[in-house]
Amino acid sequence: MSDLNKLGLAEARDALRKGETTSKELTEACLAAIEGAGALNAFVHHTPEIALSQAAKADARLKSSEEAPAMCGLPIGIKDLFCTKGVPSQAGSRILEGFLPEYESTVSQQLFDNGAVMLGKLNMDEFAMGSSNETSIYGNAVNPWRRGNDAAELTPGGSSGGSASAVAADLCLAATGTDTGGSIRQPAAFTGITGIKPTYGRCSRWGIVAFASSLDQAGPMTKSVRDAAIMLEAICGHDPKDSTSADLAVPNFEAALTGDVRGKKIGIPKEYRMDGMPDEIEALWQDGIAMMKDAGAEIVDISLPHTKYALPAYYVIAPAEASSNLARYDGVRYGHRAKLEQGDGITEMYEKTRAEGFGPEVQRRVMIGTYVLSAGFYDAYYNRARRVRTLIKKDFEDVFARGIDSILTPATPSAAFGLGEMADADPVQMYLNDVFTVTVNLAGLPGIAVPTGQDRQGLPLGLQLIGRPWEEADLLSSAYALEQAAGFVAKADKWW
Amino acid sequence: MAIDENTAARVAKLARIKVAPESLGALAGEFNGILGFIEQLNEVDIEGVEPMTSVTPQVLKRRVDEVTDGDQQGAVLKNAPDAREGFFAVPKVVE
Repeated sequence: MSDLNKLGLAEARDALRKGETTSKELTEACLAAIEGAGALNAFVHHTPEIALSQAAKADARLKSSEEAPAMCGLPIGIKDLFCTKGVPSQAGSRILEGFLPEYESTVSQQLFDNGAVMLGKLNMDEFAMGSSNETSIYGNAVNPWRRGNDAAELTPGGSSGGSASAVAADLCLAATGTDTGGSIRQPAAFTGITGIKPTYGRCSRWGIVAFASSLDQAGPMTKSVRDAAIMLEAICGHDPKDSTSADLAVPNFEAALTGDVRGKKIGIPKEYRMDGMPDEIEALWQDGIAMMKDAGAEIVDISLPHTKYALPAYYVIAPAEASSNLARYDGVRYGHRAKLEQGDGITEMYEKTRAEGFGPEVQRRVMIGTYVLSAGFYDAYYNRARRVRTLIKKDFEDVFARGIDSILTPATPSAAFGLGEMADADPVQMYLNDVFTVTVNLAGLPGIAVPTGQDRQGLPLGLQLIGRPWEEADLLSSAYALEQAAGFVAKADKWW
Repeated sequence: MAIDENTAARVAKLARIKVAPESLGALAGEFNGILGFIEQLNEVDIEGVEPMTSVTPQVLKRRVDEVTDGDQQGAVLKNAPDAREGFFAVPKVVE
């Protein structure tokens, strides 16, 4: 077989079982693709030795057992936010330079237990704070897509920009991502791939470098909805090491992919029609609505009245939690420590270490978080934001109580933008990237981005489906219907 | 409320991030931009609304109160920038 790196998880799994290829061959094809894709800056730590050793074990397992798990032998990339034992895990930050975890994150451990092969670690915004992968210590990850023949480099989105770029450019069969405000779904939409953030609590957060603990969730970034179902099943499940992980049975998500949406009620929230939204996004949305209707779904206009307040609430809650979570980077236990001057005490060590180790966006968010939690402002900002969050969640509960099965929205307010184009914009302009995705994190719901079209310049655009809590199986099946109807097969022309 | 340079300096101190005095003005400006965006929350009627503590209602699981891990001094100290004689080493804290 040729171009093995271009396969998806399901195709590769089936090829392995038919004896048409081996994990070694799949892995070597991906390693060669990675070798030739330095210009994308997607993989930032390469682990070919680990990959080939895992591939050999997977081939042996596939040979000896008919019952090998679905992910067995499939080469994937791991976002740098996941701690991987003995392998650099920096969260895209200088402050974790040289950190080699002594433990494995639960999600990556589950993937390895399933026989998956790790090709390396993937670029990301520093501490997952960003929407363009431009805050990374490794430099920008680059989108394999370009605006027609224009050679200007575009962002793959963020924070899981390296994951998105790597999957879209066929450097791996799939990748892990994490999503705090849209960091799986926005980059997936910007690169023409599929990304799902499961219900809060579906995947263990243990061993994932924490950003905002009440919002963070891991999820798969894949070449198809079927692949997302396969990989999601492998990473879900209860973990005693994460007290917020849910002790619920994990369904067979792939078996649930009927694509039958007849009689399903799909909500269209009027508040997601934003002022100044490009007409191409509106047209994409209308096309998606028509596709679901043609497939037999019932389209229902709904209202989520507090949508407008999701981003401001997020920009209180996420920085507040980040300021607390990132207090651990003090130069004492791991990572970077600043060189001290004669007479510097422990306070100078903290202050210099954190000034050198954190980039500007992380510093900004830690300080905003510190401010909204400080005496005198805690009620006015933090508690108010948490109360608004209750109302945002209630908006969704109300429409689900009215029988809505899932909600269809655009995934992003635009196609991928140019790297550096937002450099002079104020931080709030960048935050608006997450306007359609952040509500889902605040409400703890599952959401999936599916590529369904292209803009005039040929860039991919995605739609988002939002599901009921814990009903990822139903959500994936609806996404499968959307994928079938949209028939998105475009790939970026290889220039790298 | 507008943040001035003094407030920016106080926040930087609380966050234990060294900020050069000449950068405080720009930092205060950025804070004001973000806080201005956040001010929208004041439009929302939150009377009688509870602050969210857990997004998915769940009862925390209990387990037997027993030691489940330990004896990992080497692993714990492995990544320390400065570890000596089985401890993390830091600049002098108490004179």
